[in-house]
Amino acid sequence: MKEIYLDNNATTKVDEAVFEEMRPYFCELYGNPSSMHFFGGQVQSKVTEARGRVAELLGAHPEEIIFTACGTESDNAAIRSALEVFPDRRHIITSRVEHPAVLTQCRNLRQRGYRVTEIGVDGAGRLDMEELKTAIDDDTAIVSLMWANNETGVIFPVEEAAKIAKSKGALFHSDAVQAIGKIPINMAASSIDMLSLSGHKLHAPKGIGVLYLRKGTPFRPLLVGGHQEKSRRAGTENAAAIIALGKACQLAGQHMEAENTAVKAMRDRLQDTLMTAIPHARINGGGAERLPNTTSIAFEYVEGEAILLLLSEFGICASSGSACTSGSLEPSHVLRAMGVPFTCAHGSIRFSLSRYTTDAEIDTVIREMPPIIARLRQMSPFGREHLQGKA
Amino acid sequence: MWDYTPIVKDHFLNPRNVGEIPDADAVGEVGSLACGDALKLYLKLDENKDKIVDAKFQTFGCASAIASSSALTEMVKGKTLDEALAVSNQEIADFLGGLPEEKMHCSVMGQEALEVAIFKYRGIEMPQHDSEHDHGPAYPDYEGEIVCKCFGITDAFLKKVIETNSLTTAEQVTNFTKAGGACGGCIPKIKELIAQVLGEATAQTRVRPEKLSNMKKMQLIQEVLERDIRPLLWADGGDLELIDIDGAKVQVAFRKACAGCASSGNTARMVEAKLRDLVAEDIVVEEVSQ
Repeated sequence: MKEIYLDNNATTKVDEAVFEEMRPYFCELYGNPSSMHFFGGQVQSKVTEARGRVAELLGAHPEEIIFTACGTESDNAAIRSALEVFPDRRHIITSRVEHPAVLTQCRNLRQRGYRVTEIGVDGAGRLDMEELKTAIDDDTAIVSLMWANNETGVIFPVEEAAKIAKSKGALFHSDAVQAIGKIPINMAASSIDMLSLSGHKLHAPKGIGVLYLRKGTPFRPLLVGGHQEKSRRAGTENAAAIIALGKACQLAGQHMEAENTAVKAMRDRLQDTLMTAIPHARINGGGAERLPNTTSIAFEYVEGEAILLLLSEFGICASSGSACTSGSLEPSHVLRAMGVPFTCAHGSIRFSLSRYTTDAEIDTVIREMPPIIARLRQMSPFGREHLQGKA
Repeated sequence: MWDYTPIVKDHFLNPRNVGEIPDADAVGEVGSLACGDALKLYLKLDENKDKIVDAKFQTFGCASAIASSSALTEMVKGKTLDEALAVSNQEIADFLGGLPEEKMHCSVMGQEALEVAIFKYRGIEMPQHDSEHDHGPAYPDYEGEIVCKCFGITDAFLKKVIETNSLTTAEQVTNFTKAGGACGGCIPKIKELIAQVLGEATAQTRVRPEKLSNMKKMQLIQEVLERDIRPLLWADGGDLELIDIDGAKVQVAFRKACAGCASSGNTARMVEAKLRDLVAEDIVVEEVSQ
């Protein structure tokens, strides 16, 4: 069965051109970029080229790019560093809807005596900026807020938030893993100090990430050892993956316009048609500014895992904010923070598209989804009086 | 992705007996919308009101919840009410060729719906249950103190599931009942309940023997450690190992969470008290590091 892959916020296909770019750096050009000989040197020059390509996508200087192993590492490094460079500041600000890479780290730090404020969101997933202004004080070491939410695609006003952080001398970090490659980002005109990026979300392989570190920002590395990445991240460079990420960033720049026109048009058609065809559904974060590729739709009176497995019968790959899919027993912390009513928190499905998504694939989803929801509602003991004659 | 058996997949994709029985003799409803799964079971009885001639279900929940409901209805058809009451959640899971451990609560929900339906039919009073708007209690036939506030699970229900499935860790209890799976605030209480159930199971009919040969004494020490003591430690993520027995001196080494635990001295005294109680009065327990 050919897959219809609409789970690009989970991970993406490695672009063929990206794979070709990295291929020689395993069996042929396997030198260590730090070596003095020509064999390492030729890898070094490709790593430098890749650094330049990543920097270009972000509007950054190449020396502001630190290669890491993943987005989670970048998030951890940013927050840990801020606490080390400001040992007298004991307060961290983040949001209730962050990715666990940030949230778990902050909650662990709370156990160790740090004060942590988790800023709330409104029903559409928008950050409560007033709460941020009230929470920040001279004790705040770092404010870490995601650029765009992985589950709903809702975009946070990170530039404005960064200015608020700077007004009290705190550092500002943004987990931009979902935003990079989908919406334009220009660090040259930004006040953000640190930014996390993950390769596998933009058609590079898994196992490569970036921490953007603004020039002049004080920093303490998470990993120490060798001098790699100017001693800001020790460990032999994952040269092949770095080279792949460089290519992926170059391609992302080229496809940025299509992402915000063609991909967005498919996303809009998918959600609008489903909302018309299926009663008692709502778009999570529908009232907010969102990524062009993401839509999260809550279907009342049905459960997400059952929907996903029925979709899977047609080759359709999506994801859910449901408890049963994650191994946890609670519906997603993002939907709960948004106050999504419990009648539909368990039945939320996220579709995330990419530049590989086709109109024919969207047609299939539009055709198969309404009968799947109707079938599960038929089986459910709930919502009969609301749904009569509809689903 | 969950590793569901082909039978689970079949009962999810082609569920048997979906729907309502308008003139059902017995109806059992458990779970709620808020909890993420709920089951309404309908039973139709024969003329003598003894044998189940038809069973149907409506389920809100994941694939394994739907499959467990479907399996349950197939299993109880043709059974008398007493035979149906004897169906355990493990039998529902076995019928499906097994369920992932994290999904065992789906089989528990099925067994419960059956029990509620039959109890209600027999006129046993139960608290009102509005699963569409309420958040518990999830299982109305086990009245008691609510232990897990997130899922509305009572101590009486937890003790029943711990006992019938011989559960020994809080994690297992979460997998079987969902209790403790959200905020986690009740996990210490769940551990207490496990210890209580295990304690009750072992306290029955056991008295210290009058006189023991050395061989018998060593055997009994080992038995008490295995049956009475290690499960208690497991509940807290700990363990111990018997290193040596020399007359009345029993040497043990603590493992896992017990190793290096500040209160391992107290644990050693607990082990000693238990052994003195069940084996011989003069036993001395020594902690060794091996």
